[in-house]
Amino acid sequence: MSASAPLAAFACVLRRDLLLALRRRSDVATTLFFFVIVVTLFPLGVGPEMSLLRTMAPGVLWVAALLASMLALGRLFAGDYADGTLEQLVLAPHPLGLLVGAKIAAHWLVTGLPLVLLAPLLGLAFDMRAEALGTLTLSLLLGTPTLGLIGAIGAALTLGLRGAGLLLSLLVLPLYIPVLIFGAGAVEAVAGGLGPGAHLSVLGALLVLALFFAPWAAALALRISLE
Amino acid sequence: MDRHIRVGARRRVRGAINLYYYAAPRTFYPLAGRMARVFYAVAVVLGAIGLYIAFFVAPTDAQQGEGYRIIFLHVPAAWMSMFLYVVMAFWAAVGLAFNTRLSSMMAQAIAPTGAWMAFLALWTGALWGKPMWGTWWVWDARLTSELILLFLYLGFMALQAAIDDPRRADRAGAVLAIVGVVNVPIIYFSVQWWNTLHQGASVSLTRSPSMAATMLWGMLVMALAFWMYCLGATLTRVRAIILERERRSDWAHELALGKERDA
Amino acid sequence: MKWESLGQFLAMGGYALYVWGSFAVTVAVIAVELALLRVRGRAARKAAAAPPEGDAS
Repeated sequence: MSASAPLAAFACVLRRDLLLALRRRSDVATTLFFFVIVVTLFPLGVGPEMSLLRTMAPGVLWVAALLASMLALGRLFAGDYADGTLEQLVLAPHPLGLLVGAKIAAHWLVTGLPLVLLAPLLGLAFDMRAEALGTLTLSLLLGTPTLGLIGAIGAALTLGLRGAGLLLSLLVLPLYIPVLIFGAGAVEAVAGGLGPGAHLSVLGALLVLALFFAPWAAALALRISLE
Repeated sequence: MDRHIRVGARRRVRGAINLYYYAAPRTFYPLAGRMARVFYAVAVVLGAIGLYIAFFVAPTDAQQGEGYRIIFLHVPAAWMSMFLYVVMAFWAAVGLAFNTRLSSMMAQAIAPTGAWMAFLALWTGALWGKPMWGTWWVWDARLTSELILLFLYLGFMALQAAIDDPRRADRAGAVLAIVGVVNVPIIYFSVQWWNTLHQGASVSLTRSPSMAATMLWGMLVMALAFWMYCLGATLTRVRAIILERERRSDWAHELALGKERDA
Repeated sequence: MKWESLGQFLAMGGYALYVWGSFAVTVAVIAVELALLRVRGRAARKAAAAPPEGDAS
């Protein structure tokens, strides 16, 4: 086996998952549609007053993005679990954490990145200013991968259980709180005239932490769920 | 019967109590029962002393009047809820790393008591907040963190309840507990940050400048009483869990039959 | 003695609802937990006492 074999395996899993997602585009559309509709519900619930909506916008967009990415988690391992691919991955000679990392990366590219790109558009409907929109995009760009990484642990733990979706939300949502606080906080800081630097660096630190630990924890959880 | 004698002989190795002997669920079961009774008794005694200090020794607070006496329940419950989560994660991790069944059972037994403590901390916090802040609930950093801690307990319990295979339940719960315990400081830090940013409630129960020594003593004694109670309740629960899991073994069957006859 | 009468003790300087509300719920929680533990222990003993053949699970 050559030294680049693990990297090749990573790329292989990534390419495969992206191809699969491309063939089932409706899944991606569902996540995005959920995001849009949740955001739409808020003005209908609290009233169309623009100044109120503007203050609420960072929180609303972040909570909606968080819920949407949580909803998408169910599909991270479920398909591979159903057709037995996951057991092949566990038995593969490459470190499972790396392969899980590739799956998470593909999952984020398919469900997380579109959210990030769509968010500023929805922010316009809340009358957000340009620099706030920029910070929103940046904070989501740093935050949503962390959500996917943490969520992968929960998805692996609940694999194949009764009522896995609801259980997953109970496990994962409390762990999402720091990301939500610093993500929405960054946008609020900009809207309040402060720099977003501190918030964004914490978000970055959380991402690095999650990148280091979450794939291995998810891999361990997968092994437990599959044995 | 012969087996019983041989097991009994291993109870002590060269004069010292053999910990491995008690690590087996079967031998731990009677020990846990005896220990639980001792802990309950100590909890009652300490609770009586603590309540006496709380109501008859500790003076009236200059700012908060008699209302501050909730502290004697609120702080111990909050301490225990946090402490128990760490202990739970510790036993879960030991169970995961060394495959010791009893450790995992301990983790499972701690969770409900920890959740009750978190609930009590929230309830007493709300009842203390109403006269001091004017509302039942304030998004104060401590109360919010406590609420999230309760969610973490409930998640751990829900995950274990959803898995039928006890081995998988133990191991999956352990991963969740470890992830949770890594996250608790991050969550606490982030909630603190969020709270200072939004300039929330600043009145703090425990940072009262006029904290008399007797108040502190009352709080410590009550905290010890809570601790002893939690130990007792956990050990009682671990006994039930041991029996539930070992119900098809001979020793559990004989033991349960003996208990049925006694009752 | 700090309190001059039982009524004064029960009034808790006007904070009776909050102080006694806290203590009552704490006592109730402990009572409920102990009762649940008793029920669970009894059920576990009953399950273990049942003959192994009758155990379907």
